[in-house]
Amino acid sequence: MSADIGLPISHRQRLWLYGLGGLVLLFLIAPSVIIVIMSFSDSTLLQFPPRQWSLRWYQSYFQSLEWRDATIVSVKVAIMTVLMATPLGTAAAYAINRGTLRFNGTINALLTASLIIPVILIGIGTFFLYARIGLNNTLTGLVVAHTVQALPLVVLTVLSGLRSYDMNQERVARSLGAGRVAAFWQVTMPQIRFSIVSGALFAFITSFDEVVVSLFISGGETTTLTRRMFSALRDQIDPTIAAISTCLIALSVLLLSLAQIFGRRH
Amino acid sequence: MSVQSALLNEAAGPAGQHLNAQVLRADARREQLRLMVLLAPSLFLVCAIIIVPIGWLFWLSLFDESGALSAANYARFFEQASYIRTFVTTFKVAFIVTGACVLLGYPLAYMLSQLPRRAASICLIFVILPFWTSVLVRTYAWLVILQRKGLINSWLIDLGVISQPLSLANNFSGVVIGMTHILLPFLVLPLYASMKTIDTDCLRAGMNLGAGPAATFRQIFFPLSLPGLASGVVIVFVLCLGFFVTPALMGGGKVVMWAMRMEQTTSLYSNWGAGAALGVVLLVVTLALLGLFQWLLGARATGVWSSR
Repeated sequence: MSADIGLPISHRQRLWLYGLGGLVLLFLIAPSVIIVIMSFSDSTLLQFPPRQWSLRWYQSYFQSLEWRDATIVSVKVAIMTVLMATPLGTAAAYAINRGTLRFNGTINALLTASLIIPVILIGIGTFFLYARIGLNNTLTGLVVAHTVQALPLVVLTVLSGLRSYDMNQERVARSLGAGRVAAFWQVTMPQIRFSIVSGALFAFITSFDEVVVSLFISGGETTTLTRRMFSALRDQIDPTIAAISTCLIALSVLLLSLAQIFGRRH
Repeated sequence: MSVQSALLNEAAGPAGQHLNAQVLRADARREQLRLMVLLAPSLFLVCAIIIVPIGWLFWLSLFDESGALSAANYARFFEQASYIRTFVTTFKVAFIVTGACVLLGYPLAYMLSQLPRRAASICLIFVILPFWTSVLVRTYAWLVILQRKGLINSWLIDLGVISQPLSLANNFSGVVIGMTHILLPFLVLPLYASMKTIDTDCLRAGMNLGAGPAATFRQIFFPLSLPGLASGVVIVFVLCLGFFVTPALMGGGKVVMWAMRMEQTTSLYSNWGAGAALGVVLLVVTLALLGLFQWLLGARATGVWSSR
């Protein structure tokens, strides 16, 4: 885009750069594409491109009770995580945005701590705590742990929405007689709702894709999908996982597109 | 009595102002309280699930198996060869993966920053989509591609390049390839964001003054992109140190990294003190690197999360 920025370099002179960049993009995207294609293969061998096509791996995914139960657990946990993390994160972002709090920096650091602290340490710590209060292998335990991991993403997303919103509007509403809650619901909320929805989507995918902490604190009847996949991958490479992976990729694409659409409207 | 207080007020200045200040202070206190109520549930959860257990583990790491206060859990790291091997492996993987991410990520971010807006946003999808795809899915994909009977080997054998399959998965190279793929977006996104903020007028001025494209890049663009590169490098390196899923699945049990070691000591051997000590050192190293970075550049490396 030498034309756009007005540098005297032609696209032709940049071909090597485009070639190199294109290769790196290919490296990034190829594995997902290969898995999607292979999931429709008819063979137990991992051939690429597949010689025969079929949906047998999808059948084996949907017909297996174990995989189905694990999927249901993951969906339940993800939905409950969204329901917890979104309001909590939004409230926290609202408070931080005021900027009038003492210890604002410390609070910020605490809320985003789970992005910095190695996940393995969070996993072991949570397991250790849950072992004492009996929350291991429970849905509640999973939801609480995932909520903590999803919180920073909700806070950051909603904060970026609040930063481009003029808080004076809420003050005006209140000076005209609206209560605090009414002012937030009727004035602020409609204008930041797309950030809140994006935050909720990020919370969903964070919970649904979470592996390491679930590895420690889920099991038995509350085994999550990713946990079961992890154990399955340790043993052997079952092509059923290609079908599951394709479903997960489709979910990511769906949620990301939704987040994009909401982001644009915002 | 009333005369006295009136006199006191008189002495403190105009009575109205005094009262007003008091009301304002009380109001500000109430406001602080309200905001704290909004924050309280989140802060409670973070403290209960993250801070308290980690503090507890830290406490545990200070005692040996007999329950006496000792540094045995930490001394072990210097004495036992297996621990030293783990650290060496971890840092080796971290350096190689970070290096690979820089080599692959810099040209990509540079290209993205130079493309027209529409083309760049289409290419960005290819960076963001893997970023939001489960780490497990991507590790599985690399297992399929790299294993003995995997894609690369069968293609190379079909083409007659090799006769025996190369061992690409279940060893060091598999771990490095998988982790590079997973961590690359963490370098590209902050680097791209910082490259976008480089003022093109500076580049134009350089070229006006007679610098060729290569000199402009080397003397103007590259130095200006260094803070963005540094933040990407720090975040990738730090994530490498604590990485678990990919080495556990693609290392074939031969590549034992820090996080795997922690999992083994706690789950397999139930040696909480030793596992906790490993965790404490990992956390300290991580925080030290991030702190050093913040101190040097005055920026927060966690910014990468908001850029996704």
